[in-house]
Parts: sequence; structure tokens; C-alpha cells
Amino acid sequence: MQTLVAYVENKPGVLNRVSSLARRLAINIDSLTVGPTENEEIARMTIVAHTDERGAHRLEASLEKLVDVLLAENISTRALLERDLALIKVSANQQNRPHLMELIKVFRARVVDVAPESLIIEVSGTVDKIDGLLEVLRPFGVLEMARSGRISMTRGGDLLRPPVSEPQAPNSSPLAQT
Amino acid sequence: MKLTGAEIVCESLTRLGVREIFGYPGGAILPVYDALGKSKLHHVLVRHEQGATHMADGYARASGGIGVAMATSGPGATNMVTGIATAMLDSSPVVCITGQVSSKVLGTDAFQEIDITGITMPITKHNVVVTKAEDVARTLREAFLIANSGRPGPVLVDITKDAQQASAEFNWEASVPKLPPKRRRNNHDQAEFDRAVEMLNTAKRPVILAGHGIMVSSAMRAFEQFVHAGNYPVAMTLLGIGCFPANNPLNLGMMGMHGEAWVNNAIQEADLLIAVGMRFDDRVTGDLRTYAKSARKIHIEIDRAEINKNVKVDAALVGDAREVLERLTPHIETREHTSWIRHITELKGDSAVRDIQSLPDSGHLYAAHVINDLWKETRGEAIIVTDVGQHQMWEAQYYHHNRARTLITSGGLGTMGFALPAAIGAKFAKPDSEVWVVVGDGGFQMTMSELATIVQEKINIKIAIINNGFLGMVRQWQEFFYDKRYVATPLVAPDFAALANAFGIRGERISKRAEVVPTIRSARESAETVLLDFRVEQEDSVYPMVAAGASLSDMIRRPNNPLVETATEP
Repeated sequence: MQTLVAYVENKPGVLNRVSSLARRLAINIDSLTVGPTENEEIARMTIVAHTDERGAHRLEASLEKLVDVLLAENISTRALLERDLALIKVSANQQNRPHLMELIKVFRARVVDVAPESLIIEVSGTVDKIDGLLEVLRPFGVLEMARSGRISMTRGGDLLRPPVSEPQAPNSSPLAQT
Repeated sequence: MKLTGAEIVCESLTRLGVREIFGYPGGAILPVYDALGKSKLHHVLVRHEQGATHMADGYARASGGIGVAMATSGPGATNMVTGIATAMLDSSPVVCITGQVSSKVLGTDAFQEIDITGITMPITKHNVVVTKAEDVARTLREAFLIANSGRPGPVLVDITKDAQQASAEFNWEASVPKLPPKRRRNNHDQAEFDRAVEMLNTAKRPVILAGHGIMVSSAMRAFEQFVHAGNYPVAMTLLGIGCFPANNPLNLGMMGMHGEAWVNNAIQEADLLIAVGMRFDDRVTGDLRTYAKSARKIHIEIDRAEINKNVKVDAALVGDAREVLERLTPHIETREHTSWIRHITELKGDSAVRDIQSLPDSGHLYAAHVINDLWKETRGEAIIVTDVGQHQMWEAQYYHHNRARTLITSGGLGTMGFALPAAIGAKFAKPDSEVWVVVGDGGFQMTMSELATIVQEKINIKIAIINNGFLGMVRQWQEFFYDKRYVATPLVAPDFAALANAFGIRGERISKRAEVVPTIRSARESAETVLLDFRVEQEDSVYPMVAAGASLSDMIRRPNNPLVETATEP
């Protein structure tokens, strides 16, 4: 599994270009999340792909060839913070509810909706953590689940910023620099 | 100045240096055609939109500039798909302009509406829909910039009819390209560079693999200096042919599936491969597990996505071929490589006696004879545009190109029907050059309607049909790998000479070797297009051959006496 981050133009059709590219390279996407950045014209994607390092290199380099992709980077080997968010609707009755609450506490999840026969649990964290909670919830009866897909960020001073527009210089030419 | 979107299309193309547009009108592009009539642009009316894209492609490949094709929405646009894909696979800068239904009815399955940007997304470098007249000039400037920068490729601009009809302020200076900012990668890695220099200076058996990228970056002179600095033997890819003179003793010829045995053997025995502007296509490498096992590899390539794609390399120098070569050459320590070059020459000697050209004339006509005579008569200086198949490989083997951009051929996609329209485009790009089409009887029948375009445009190209009555390359595979079961390869064709006459073109049929040179001479003397129908041996095969997926060392060699083997009549 390889993790790539891409900054793309925040406009229609770009997601299609990115996913179409992965399909063309026969790379299966495990999760792809996209959302705006602090600059509303730029969106950030986290792409988790079923491929090896060589495949990730090709995906990264091919993504950067797309006009609407500002930057693509394979961050798989870097120190990462990764988060996945899940909403899990689980059946709960009077008898098992205390046991359920116990587990939710252990996983540092929280209950965000309570109904007579069910609860909705919100949990965020690494994929492993959410998978772990899911496993222990299964015996209670998981009725529905929605997951956001992974978002990732490199830790500390390892910055991955979108490139900025260079000032427009309509008359610039190689000669003008000399 | 207020102009309509359609007028802005014509004005922008003119300012971008366009002289000819290859296209076909229709409802959704009519406003642009109306404006074309009032402009100085020359429109070439094609007979099928696939032809328009191939012409634009041929124009681009012959000139190094950008070719422009135009079509209407729907079927006009979808007919372009094969030509766009051809340009994409061979990194050819083509800009396609298509009309689209009005933005108000987009998405309603209106008459002749098709999502052509969706269809062409994987086969264009970029594509875009324009729905506003004020966006036309900037978008076209961006399209031209994208098409011919970095690794070139086709760009499609789909313009809605209302954007063509609406008026907008036309301000060329203000319509500068506004492309998204890109991360500038620092591709120069000193450690990688030093490693490459070390490999170059210590290699005992080096071979250069020269590709199309050398021409794309206009690196011919830098390449020649690099080659001579290190005395490196040069093997060419199909699309690399012409980037290094065939008459240079260091030029070995074409590598790969139908490369000469000495070229492939040299690659297999090499201790260093220096790949320049090529992408290790499967037709070049054969089985990757057995490919050049004893060689270290340096890859000079502008497209990062090509690095380690098929062949794992030891040093990757990412960048424009000319820049990288110019940086490398001063570090090359001269080596004679005498024994290595002598060894390759010995390999060559073995193949030369098998060569069909050294055999006496028995009255039979072989395609190789035709190509060889064409080469001699034109002194290797014509622009040859080939189709795809056996004749294409024979051309690559027997026509020796000394100059870049004189062989125009569909390599990556292998598009039959390419030759005739691409040659028309090449002739517009190089009106003073002699342009020959070398095409099979199969491929010619795919796009022969463009003969009418030749007549309407009054252009002068020469057409040599290598007519063997078969889809020859497929027949050859059936002979070798399917026990001679010739399913769907025998091919009925019209009398091509008579067909040419019907179009108002002189046509001749040639079936004897002795007739080849006189007919080529008389065709060259004509100021008009001439079609020559060469009736060649029907079941001749291209040798040597590396079967698909086989090792490069495992070649099917030329039979010792092909004349005896394939001759059926006394």
C-alpha cells in the first residue's frame, strides 16, 4: 500500500482525470480523499493505492504530468500522521449498552446519536484503530458504516506546500534575463 | 476590439503562427468556418476527420511545429479519436479544435452532442471545454503551449457553438496563458550525474539507444558530439531513425523486433546501454527478463514517468535530451572501443551475406528491392511517410535516413491508414521537399479517400504501394505462429492504378524488378502526384524477427535463399 498526496486545481473534472489515470495505469485505489485547502482554488488529495514503490513512482510522475495537478508526492516512507474517520451505526439494547459504552471508551470513540435500538459511534484515528473497533463491534450487529478514507500529513518540519503562481511577466524571455 | 468567439479562433490561430488547418465542417463548428473564410488561414478539406488528425500529425512531425485539426461535434469529433491516440503515443504536438453543441443544451443528448473531452481524456496530454467567447484566445494559447512543451502531445479544445457566436473583447496581449502553478523539480542530481559519467568512462562495450526524444529536443548536434566524444556505437528505435546519420560508421541501424541481428546482439552483449529519449518499448526490448543482462543502464529522458517503467536503470538523468547531453559531453574521456566495434562489425558481416539485396535478380519483385531502389534514387533525401506493417519495417531496414524528421511513421499506436494523410500534412509543412508515401495495400485502403484531398489541394506527393495481396505482417505471424492458417489476411484490392486515374492521378503498376528504377525516375520527374502499385512477392516475410515476448537473443534469421523459398513461378 502506498500513500500519495496531491495538490490539484479545485475545479470540476479534476477528480475524474486523477482517477482515470490510476485506472489507465491499472493501479487500484484503496481510498482517495479530496477537500479544499486553506486556498480555496487548490484542493488536496490523499491517495492510498494498492501498488508497490515502482507503481507509486509512476503514479506520482504521471499525476504531475496532468496540467491540473500542481504537485504529487509519494510520502509512504516518510514520518506520517494519518487519520481515518468512521461513523458506525451499531444495534444496542438495554442489556448490552453498558458493555458497548465500555468498549467505546477504550477506543476513545464517542457516541453521537442515541436511539432506542441503536447508537451511532464516531471514531477517528489510524486505519488499524478503526478496524480494531469494528472487529469488537461486529458481535453487537453493525447496521451501517461510513468511512471517510485516509488523510495523511507528513510530520513536523517536513512541509508539503502547494507551489504558488509566479508573478505574470508577459514580456519575459530568456534574453530578458541576461 | 469586439470579435465573435469564432473570429477569435481564427485571429488567435493566425497569431500563433498557424498557416494551414486540416478539417471538416459541420453544424457545431460552422461559425468558425464562416470566420475562416474571412481569414488568411488556409483550410484543407479532408475526406474523413481521422485524416485531418493524421495530417496535423504529419505536419507536426515534419516541421517540429504544431499541426492543427478541426472538426464538428459528435461523429466529427469521434472520428478524430484514432488520430489523437496516434499523436499521443508518439508524443506529437497536435491541437484539435472541435465544435460542441451550445452550452445551454450540454448534457441533454442534443443532436450530434458527444462528451469528446471525456472520450479523449486518456489519449490527450490535456483537453478542455470552452463555453465563453472571452476564454477562447487564452485557451488556445494554453493549448499550444502545452502541446509543444516538455514531452509533446495532442491537446483538444472543444468550443461550444454559443461561445463561437458570442462576442467578446479581443485583447491578445491580455490573453496570456494562465496555467496552474507547477512544482519545479530540480532534476539535476549531482550524484546520479557523477555515477553516469563514471559508467560512461569505464564501459568496455557501450551501446547508445537513440530515440525520438533526440529529435523532439532538437538535440541532433549535441548527440553527434556526445557520440563522437566516446566513440559509442548507436542503435536506433524506429522513431529515432534520422536523428543520427545512417551513413555514420557508428550507426548500427534499428534495434528491436525487426532490428538487424548485429544490432540486437550488440545490445545483448553490451556492458553499458545509454538510452536517450526512448522508452524501452516492448517492441524494442523483447522479453525483459533476458534483456541486456550484462549491461548497466543510463536513461536520459524528459518524462520522469518513463524512468524504471519497463527496465530498471542504474542512472536516470531526467531532463531535456540536448541539455543533458551538452552537460555530459565535456566529462567524456575518449575511448576508441576498437575491439568492441570490430566485434560488432564481425557480427554484421555474418548478416550481410543473408541480405536479400546481395542476391541476383531472378525476375521476382521483393519489397526490399523497391525500398532499396527508392533510397538510391532519392539519395536518401526524401521525406518518407510509412504506414504500418511489413513495408514499414522494410523501409526502416532498407531506406537509410541521414536527416532528422525524414521518416514519419506511426510507432507507438501502429495505426494503419496513417501514411497517406500524414504525408499530405508533411507536404504542407515542407512544400519544397520530396515526399513519398510507402504504404501496404491494406493500410492504403483504410484512408485512400484522401486521394481526393490531394487532387483538390493540387499537391505533389509520390505514393508507393507495396502490394502483396495480404495483410502482410499479420499473415507473417500466421505463417510463423499459427501454422499458416491465413484467416482474414488475403485481401482483395481494386486496381490501384485505375483507381488513381479515377481521382485524376497518374497511376502505374510495376511487377518486375527491372521496371522499378525507371518508374521511380519518371514519377520523380512529374510535377504532380503519382501512384505506383508495386506488385511484390505475396508471401515474403520481414527478417530477422524476434517473436513477441521472446528474448532479443532469440531471432528468427533470414533464410539463406529467400528467392528459392518463396518463389512459386519459374
